[in-house]
Amino acid sequence: MNTTALAAFMTKEVRHILRDRQTLTILLLLPLAMVVLFGYALRSDVNEVRLALVDPAPDYATAALRGRFAGNDRFRIVATPATTAKLEPLFRRGDVDVAIVFEPGFAARLAEGTSARLLLVGDASDPNTGSTMQAYATAVIAGYQAELGSAGAGVQIVSRTRMRYNPTLESVNLFVPGLIALVLTLVSALMTAISLSREKERGTLEVLLVSPLRPWQIILGKVLPYLLLAFVNVVTALLAAWVVFRVPFRGSLPLLLVASMLYSLVSLALGVLVAAVTTSQRAAMIGALVGTMLPNELLSGMIFPISSMPDWLRPVTAVIPARWFIVIARGIMLKGVGLEYLWRAHLVLLLMLAVFLALAIRSFRPRLA
Amino acid sequence: MTAVIDVHELTRRFGRFTAVDAISFDVKAGEVFGFLGANGAGKTTAIKMLIGLLVPTSGRASVAGFDVLTRAEDVRRHIGYMSQRFSLYEDLTVRENITLYGGIYGLSDAEIRGRGDALIEGLGLGHASLERVAALPLGWKQKLAFSVALLHRPAVVFLDEPTSGVDPITRRQFWEMIYAAAARGTTVFVTTHYLDEAEYCDRVSIMVDGRIGALGTPDELKREYSDATLEEVFVRLARPAA
Repeated sequence: MNTTALAAFMTKEVRHILRDRQTLTILLLLPLAMVVLFGYALRSDVNEVRLALVDPAPDYATAALRGRFAGNDRFRIVATPATTAKLEPLFRRGDVDVAIVFEPGFAARLAEGTSARLLLVGDASDPNTGSTMQAYATAVIAGYQAELGSAGAGVQIVSRTRMRYNPTLESVNLFVPGLIALVLTLVSALMTAISLSREKERGTLEVLLVSPLRPWQIILGKVLPYLLLAFVNVVTALLAAWVVFRVPFRGSLPLLLVASMLYSLVSLALGVLVAAVTTSQRAAMIGALVGTMLPNELLSGMIFPISSMPDWLRPVTAVIPARWFIVIARGIMLKGVGLEYLWRAHLVLLLMLAVFLALAIRSFRPRLA
Repeated sequence: MTAVIDVHELTRRFGRFTAVDAISFDVKAGEVFGFLGANGAGKTTAIKMLIGLLVPTSGRASVAGFDVLTRAEDVRRHIGYMSQRFSLYEDLTVRENITLYGGIYGLSDAEIRGRGDALIEGLGLGHASLERVAALPLGWKQKLAFSVALLHRPAVVFLDEPTSGVDPITRRQFWEMIYAAAARGTTVFVTTHYLDEAEYCDRVSIMVDGRIGALGTPDELKREYSDATLEEVFVRLARPAA
């Protein structure tokens, strides 16, 4: 086989990439910027809950509970209005996230063994944050209840919850695998689509197709340099995640790198396909964004859990490459599992690669239509 | 002389539209063959079939001794091609473009260096060989693209409107390069819209509505249609109803 032709073509691709300094700098810094920005911004855990306490008749029990909230890192008591009526303006102004209202005689009721009641009010204008804050508050109250139970005589059922793999519920852990997918899609699909459609637009592709280079050589020559860039990006993203957020890494690093390259190849083949069906750089760019970035971001479970999607949409996610890559990346990074559990996702990606690659090579054949 | 391009009843249909309608002609080795026709007459479609970018609907054609349908790989190895649009990479230097195309056509490093030196010297580009092609004036770019298309010493070189947009002096120089290539035995297949250029060709064909309306040396055609210039012949053929 003519290897000098492929080598010459690949050298040229590398030169294109190295010579476009601005794009290269952006591409190299992208994973760093994404991990840091998304890591800080795209978190669903709530760090500071502003709390209002209404305690019309304080006693030892409400004092103990208030003490627990005051001592909890997640809560900051910002107001202690005398009546519930005063809560309304606080919520309206957005000064308070959660309010707790104790009924009078709280300690006395507890001592009697009848149920002591309190009202938990949360600002749920953002439902996710709202329920998270409520859960935090409930946990604090449950902690106090458990303490009472162990001190007192009566038999109580105490339930404990353990959150596996992500015990502190750090949402950044969940996002990093998705971010890697996003960066890889961007570098692989978008950049090849642009680079290939540029050749199409300028007419150089026609000259290449008339040369002895075969379609698979053109595709390989286009794809391999970007694969190298994608590899550098994955390593950068993982390092950034570990250094800045201490995201755990429990599984096999080589396996994750192999899976990343597999996913990258799938995206590269998609990029080639996008370039094949579009006629201008601009159209290719929009095509790559809408055709690969958007579905990979929205339907992969990266941001929105697949389990909360409507029934008809869930099967659709099966054709989204990032969905499978995220299963692999989360499995390796957070659960520390290997191929014994992840072979299916790998197989799906391999199949996708075969199909997309075949279509991409086909799209380069002289047109019969 | 043997035919380097041999076309027999070559036809290409797109749906119900016949772009190229059973054309037959041959081009001999070392000939400068002008392929003329109005826009939409089927020139581009015909060339695309000859260089393997388009599959014929029927008929056959061979280029450099190889059938375009069954031996496309061999055809590609033995032809050079310069498209209507500038076909070199602007962000690469003159030398890097030469290395690239030399490599694609399987030349050895020594061949690339030797022929590259000769090419750069021949064009008088010694001072600019390490500059990016984007910095060259259009005329130089076109001459460079032509020289690069000849780097692997093809039997036939296809030039699709090579001189559109260049100044008259560069056009003259370009045609001198075409003659030099033909003198070395390279067959030149050229399309152009400049009919004064067509006068420089050994033979010209004029395509009209997918067929070859006329074919011969410029003098033969002028005599046949008793016109003073090829331009008059061209206009007469391209507007038959008038």
